[in-house]
Amino acid sequence: MIAVAEQVLNGVQFGITLFLMAAGLTLIFGVMNLVNLAHGSLYMVGAYIAAATFNATHSFLLGIGAALAGTAAVGIAIEVVVFRRLYRRDHLDQVLATFGLILFFNELVRMIWGATALYAQVPGFLAGQVELLPGAPYPTYRLAIIVAGLVVGVLIYLLVMKTRIGMLIRAGASDRTMVGALGVNITLLYTLVFGVGAALAALSGALAGPVFTVESGMGDDLLILAFVVIVIGGIGSIRGAFIASVLVGVVDTIGRAFLRQLFALVMSGFAADSAGPATASMLIYVLMAAVLFFRPQGLFPRENR
Amino acid sequence: MKARILTALAALCCLATPALAADNAVKIGLVTTLSGPAGVIGKHMKDAADLAMDMLGNKIGGKPAEIVFGDDQFKPDVGRQVAEQMVKRDKVDFMTGFIWSNVLLASYEPVIKSGIIFIGANAGPHELAGAMCAPNYFSASWQNDQTPEAMGKYMNDQKMDDVYLIAPDYAAGKDMVNGFKRYFKGKVAAEVFTKPGQTDYQVEISQLRSANPKTLFIFLPGAMGIQFVKQYDQAGLRGKIPLYSAFTVDETTLPAIGAAADGNYEASFWSPDLDNPRNKEFVAAFRKKYNYIPSYYAAQQFDAIFQIDDAVKAVKGNLKDRKGMIARIDKADFPSVRGKFTYNTNHFPIENFYLLKIVKDSDGQYVRKIQGVMFANHKDAYSSECHMKPYK
Repeated sequence: MIAVAEQVLNGVQFGITLFLMAAGLTLIFGVMNLVNLAHGSLYMVGAYIAAATFNATHSFLLGIGAALAGTAAVGIAIEVVVFRRLYRRDHLDQVLATFGLILFFNELVRMIWGATALYAQVPGFLAGQVELLPGAPYPTYRLAIIVAGLVVGVLIYLLVMKTRIGMLIRAGASDRTMVGALGVNITLLYTLVFGVGAALAALSGALAGPVFTVESGMGDDLLILAFVVIVIGGIGSIRGAFIASVLVGVVDTIGRAFLRQLFALVMSGFAADSAGPATASMLIYVLMAAVLFFRPQGLFPRENR
Repeated sequence: MKARILTALAALCCLATPALAADNAVKIGLVTTLSGPAGVIGKHMKDAADLAMDMLGNKIGGKPAEIVFGDDQFKPDVGRQVAEQMVKRDKVDFMTGFIWSNVLLASYEPVIKSGIIFIGANAGPHELAGAMCAPNYFSASWQNDQTPEAMGKYMNDQKMDDVYLIAPDYAAGKDMVNGFKRYFKGKVAAEVFTKPGQTDYQVEISQLRSANPKTLFIFLPGAMGIQFVKQYDQAGLRGKIPLYSAFTVDETTLPAIGAAADGNYEASFWSPDLDNPRNKEFVAAFRKKYNYIPSYYAAQQFDAIFQIDDAVKAVKGNLKDRKGMIARIDKADFPSVRGKFTYNTNHFPIENFYLLKIVKDSDGQYVRKIQGVMFANHKDAYSSECHMKPYK
């Protein structure tokens, strides 16, 4: 039973990491109707800036700060230079252009920081384990990621639902032309949203650095999962992104942890050995297909679209 | 729109443009991965080849020479295309490089059929050591199974028991586990196959902790290993369940793993601290020129270039005398950084494998240090399946 509880915790933690990534993506997709494949590159840039700052200054918080500020600046720069030309184009053009940006950023970090993966370390005050469940010490750093994700989730929710800027963002998402006609500087609003989205990706990358590998192309795989999340959650919905992230995290984790044993009950050990992991890695895509079949708009579609 | 995407993709695949050189120059084709996350391995190999050419004064067997580099992008079809181009368009005299077994297998036939001498500098798939062996193919590295076999034999000799195995769920992962079990006869606690390219191992680490085995053996190359070793350390398992690995903690991944690998064990046929004059010369020159520690990928590629040089010297620059060059390479009588070794009948090395421990050196960097020989003069398991034909 503790084993199951522990794996559920692992799943929630994985889901929260995904949420930080998916929140920015869904915000940009929902508000600006822009498919941004380069969101994974912003995650990577955040991870690199955080790791490089940490290695130079030995301050974890300074690393996070530099990653947020630096990546938001990079995000705003590419919004101004590249994306402003893409809003009116169709999604395929956006895919092509942002795919180009992935290649650009992957090479750029290699030119700046070299081909070897960068060293990223858990800060001293978050090293060690906490015995949350009896007999199953859990890495403190991973608990910190859960806390950070929940705090960010609440902040983003408050920003979008309770502030004037949030109101404009929601209005812009429903009817861009009308908001512009009412005298709101929609161009500036878009740049702002993009900056926030980039900062979210950077936070995700900066927190992921010490756990994963800080290397060129590190955001590409996570990006696919983030797209799965926003499709399941309903495009443009922060609440949907949160619930879908945790759902995907838990389903993936539980599948990896227990599917093989489950299969071993009904088939030979050898068959379970190969069928278990293979099915586990498909599980979230099966989930996505099922959601798309029964609720093509996602679990929490935005209203009045 | 479709046409535009195709054009973009077509532009992407043909980035490898070799330089032009003098007509009578010796040309060596070197295919490796120069882009993407695995590009770091290609960089080690390219730097080593460049260093070898520096030391040879850009001459092979005394004749002016050049290396044509090609990027396989970690894709078998691209690797094959690049290799075919080198054979047909660039008319290379030798072929070398190749990190990945699948890329090597895809590119093998057109090169071997052309009659060119081919020295693989990393991958050693069992097909090439067995039924598909060829007189003009040599390995400058090892057969894939040899390293895990050495680890299996060592653990067996040490009477270690209750070993937990983790490897990615693809061909090489299964080969590693089988190679390990070929020599390890103790109790295997569990065999866990993970998703290739997996980033998060918390699930497997939770299971590992509750299984609480005496020893852990992993094969998780590249970023997978960086992630696993860091997460295993963060979970507080380092020091509790000793970690042994193959192709996981090396000079390409250690800079990113750092202290998390402190005290772990690895198996390899070579290490930067291997004590022979040739290796000292190589490591010192490499570190001086590039300011980082070479990996076994670099060492193998460095050796391969000198094997070619040695062969061309033996036939006094007569590149048409391929039979003579093959006979010379087969003697393995060149100064290898791994020290003296011999070739088996299938043209794969019979060499020593060492136990390495990850320790902090005097500069504060984490490095691999040799602890002793695990398996002396180790032969691969497939040579009996190879019926080597004479070169025609």
